[in-house]
Amino acid sequence: MVQGQALELYLHIPFCVRKCRYCDFLSMAAGEDVRRKYVDRLLEEIRIQSQQCKDYQVISVFVGGGTPSLLAGVQIWEIMEAVRSHFCLKEDVEITLECNPGTLTAGKLSFYQSAGINRLSLGLQSADNRELQELGRIHTFEDFLESFDLARKKGFDNINIDLISSLPGQTPRDWAYTLKKVSGLRPEHISAYSLIVEEGTPFYELYGEDELRRQRGEEPYILPTEEAERDMYELTLEILESRGYRRYEISNYALPHRECRHNIGYWQLVPYLGLGLGSSSFIENVRFSNTRNLSAYLEGEFCRLTEILAYADRQCEEGHKCDGGQSCKQEGEVFYLHKRQQIEEFMFLGMRMMEGVSREKFREKFGMTLEGIYGTVLQKLQRQGLIEQCEGMVRLTREGIAVSNYVFSEFLDDSYIR
Amino acid sequence: MAAIEQSKIRNFCIIAHIDHGKSTLADRIIEKTGLLTSREMQAQVLDNMDLERERGITIKAQTVRIVYKAKDGEEYIFNLIDTPGHVDFNYEVSRSLAACDGAILVVDAAQGIEAQTLANVYLALDHDLDVLPVINKIDLPSADPERVIEEIEDVIGLEAQDAPQISAKTGLNVEDVLEQIVEKIPAPGGNPNNPMQALIFDSLYDSYKGVIVFCRMKEGTVRVGTTIRMMATGATADVVEVGYFGAGQFIPCEELSAGMVGYITASLKNVRDTQVGDTVTDAANPCKEPLPGYKKVTPMVYCGMYPADGAKYPDLRDALEKLQLNDASLQFEAETSVALGFGFRCGFLGLLHLEIIQERLEREYNLDLVTTAPGVIYKVHKTNGEVIELTNPSNLPDPAEIEYMEEPMVSAEIMVTSDYIGAIMDLCQERRGIYISMEYMEETRALIKYELPLNEIIYDFFDALKSRSRGYASFDYEMKGYARSELVKLDILINKEEVDALSFIVHSGTAYERGRKMCEKLKGEIPRHLFEIPIQAAIGSKVIARETVKAMRKDVLAKCYGGDITRKRKLLEKQKEGKKRMRQIGNVEIPQKAFMSVLKLDDN
Repeated sequence: MVQGQALELYLHIPFCVRKCRYCDFLSMAAGEDVRRKYVDRLLEEIRIQSQQCKDYQVISVFVGGGTPSLLAGVQIWEIMEAVRSHFCLKEDVEITLECNPGTLTAGKLSFYQSAGINRLSLGLQSADNRELQELGRIHTFEDFLESFDLARKKGFDNINIDLISSLPGQTPRDWAYTLKKVSGLRPEHISAYSLIVEEGTPFYELYGEDELRRQRGEEPYILPTEEAERDMYELTLEILESRGYRRYEISNYALPHRECRHNIGYWQLVPYLGLGLGSSSFIENVRFSNTRNLSAYLEGEFCRLTEILAYADRQCEEGHKCDGGQSCKQEGEVFYLHKRQQIEEFMFLGMRMMEGVSREKFREKFGMTLEGIYGTVLQKLQRQGLIEQCEGMVRLTREGIAVSNYVFSEFLDDSYIR
Repeated sequence: MAAIEQSKIRNFCIIAHIDHGKSTLADRIIEKTGLLTSREMQAQVLDNMDLERERGITIKAQTVRIVYKAKDGEEYIFNLIDTPGHVDFNYEVSRSLAACDGAILVVDAAQGIEAQTLANVYLALDHDLDVLPVINKIDLPSADPERVIEEIEDVIGLEAQDAPQISAKTGLNVEDVLEQIVEKIPAPGGNPNNPMQALIFDSLYDSYKGVIVFCRMKEGTVRVGTTIRMMATGATADVVEVGYFGAGQFIPCEELSAGMVGYITASLKNVRDTQVGDTVTDAANPCKEPLPGYKKVTPMVYCGMYPADGAKYPDLRDALEKLQLNDASLQFEAETSVALGFGFRCGFLGLLHLEIIQERLEREYNLDLVTTAPGVIYKVHKTNGEVIELTNPSNLPDPAEIEYMEEPMVSAEIMVTSDYIGAIMDLCQERRGIYISMEYMEETRALIKYELPLNEIIYDFFDALKSRSRGYASFDYEMKGYARSELVKLDILINKEEVDALSFIVHSGTAYERGRKMCEKLKGEIPRHLFEIPIQAAIGSKVIARETVKAMRKDVLAKCYGGDITRKRKLLEKQKEGKKRMRQIGNVEIPQKAFMSVLKLDDN
């Protein structure tokens, strides 16, 4: 039997007990009846979208949020049942569920097990209760320990813990404390992000000005300086590597063979289908996302794959005529990636991986050499000490990681940016 | 068309301080005489460039002929010549005035006489024009016509008791103005049978007709077929068409004779052949001598203009050539800059002229420009006796070869209410002004005279004047030769490399201050790089000021927003787009607007 093309599924659960003060993700507090309606709509979306995915084999499922663990255990079970019965899942499929400490119970964990969830991602963010309070988290570090223990006792043997560095007032010492505490628990995976002060959040009201100062190169008042931020990045690497974790992506660390396959898929242009409010998808070189309006979603609005695929076919034909640097066509929130843009994404996503991108894979995928497209860019970046090239791979140096946005932007083609 | 009696012609212009209602009155006159119905009129017919309407100033002289049936039952021909309203175009104003026999002086009933009012009146009196005062804006609550009448009589010495008191905006009493034009402005003289003698007061390039010469017939007659000669430039051509000015259109007629105002086309291809102020005569039967007052217009202010995208250099050349067809005072020549590549050194009558050209290039020709700091023409006296006229600071000879330098001076007249005399004198002092005199026009207003270096007023003097006087000061100036001055070239070094496009000439006494401000300004304009960037101001090899752009230490976008790659792409594109408008100097990328930042150094 022919194996289907790999596909990843992302399911979005946009509900939280309350919104954290730094969070700009699509999430909100909602009553039980809304959550019930939402799950029904999600089940329907799974049913309808899956009809166009018969040729795909699902290699990973990620249930993210918001706080998926806020739903009743049985609702998660229902959702996964629908996924299983409508999609073709690969035998060793990775199925991750995001949980918030403080919302996990033994009962819920049992449901997750029956639902086939084999990986948990716990949003901890900090081991310091003062910092947790500042972030507006609903739990203490002790609450987290309880949840973590519970999960371990239930037999979950693949757990990620999310952490955030560069918090207001945080010093590298504070951050090292969190890192040591958490790595001591031996989770299989640690995601260590640094805080982004996003517009529209309470944090922006408080620290937006300070962030702008920092971006201009002035001393921030409360946020850590860029120098301190960098120290924290270095500390993350130092502490976690000394404890057996390997950094495989800019912000992600794992014990051997415990990398998150779902995330790697994003960086390696594996197609993925987003289900639920505001979720993003990437299929047949089209990037699109669902409505972010909850009531519209509850009315049954989402991007029909039938339409997207028809659009992709049309674009693909036109694409032959205008290959190589046409402007990004936008129809609503739908982007078709022409070859040039696929190449750019291959680079700026692939380079997030510490192993870098492979020249050979590049040539296989695009029929051109990496040098032919990016010769001068690569030379310049190498001269600046931001990338290194060896064994057929091109990857970021430590210096390059620290200013990776700059490096990535160099891979964008000038010709269509006005 | 029947011959027109000279006695029924009135050639006049309207003069006023900016904003006193010159163009509005012109519109109202056109409307009242029925040339256009008010419905056909777009406000301010004569300002027909978009730019002019937006800025509320007249840039090109406009002319219109109207027929007025006066109360005496006779029909009169009015030729209204609208003059440019800015000191940059002083010479054009004087030529337009020379084409008239009288002038309407519009004075704002609330503001009274301003500096430009005076300058324009004196200019009109110099041309022996009869000046007819009109008090405008009497509908304003703050109008005080009695005071203004007194002021006109005291300050200018014009009889103003029966000056029409009007509102050009509402049309109130505009008929009085029309009647007084008939009564008080003299009919033109001249003999149609004398050899032709006509004054060029403007010209225009039309792609079908070639150059259209606007002229005032002083003596003689011109008709189709006459071979004409421009007495100063020597150009000759056969007349193809003569005519007069309708509203926004050219109306051909058989001939133009002494006293008339009209146009001539003669298959001339270049406006340079038809310089404003030149005299047109009959080549076969020339007049004895040209009309007085012609001078060749020379640019006062120079700057470098470069296309933001180097590939657009030929487009910029085309655009400048096209603009030059209609603007003989615009000059340009190719130059190169290490920092900016290929471009042009352009000469302008003044800063307004510069801004207008720049805006037209950007709007009408869709060009993205980088403009270097404007400068004046310095005279460099070298030790070997040679004198260089310096328009580009980069061409300054080695200091060892320089005996001394001279810079152009202006005499400025500033009219200001007494509350702000101190502030304005401070400003002039800061700008290296030499106090000449002060006299009170009336109890609360004074006319201050200063001599100022031109290079101190071309940047932002006018803005500074307005802000320090809360808008109560008005200003006018005229050129007044060259004066020796201690000048130095200030260089800017970015990451140790000299950026030629940022160099400028400055007085040694203010060099330190300017250098310091410049470095500060640039620090704010240059984005952070992966390394530290020193910004230095230097005179020769001596660094006089320094700032540092700190290195960028961290720029990571950690999270991937649940697979929302589109958002990530947009962030990266934004970052890259910022670079698009940058110039690479050595290792450093400098935003284009940094090159203009030298202009805005006065922050008070």
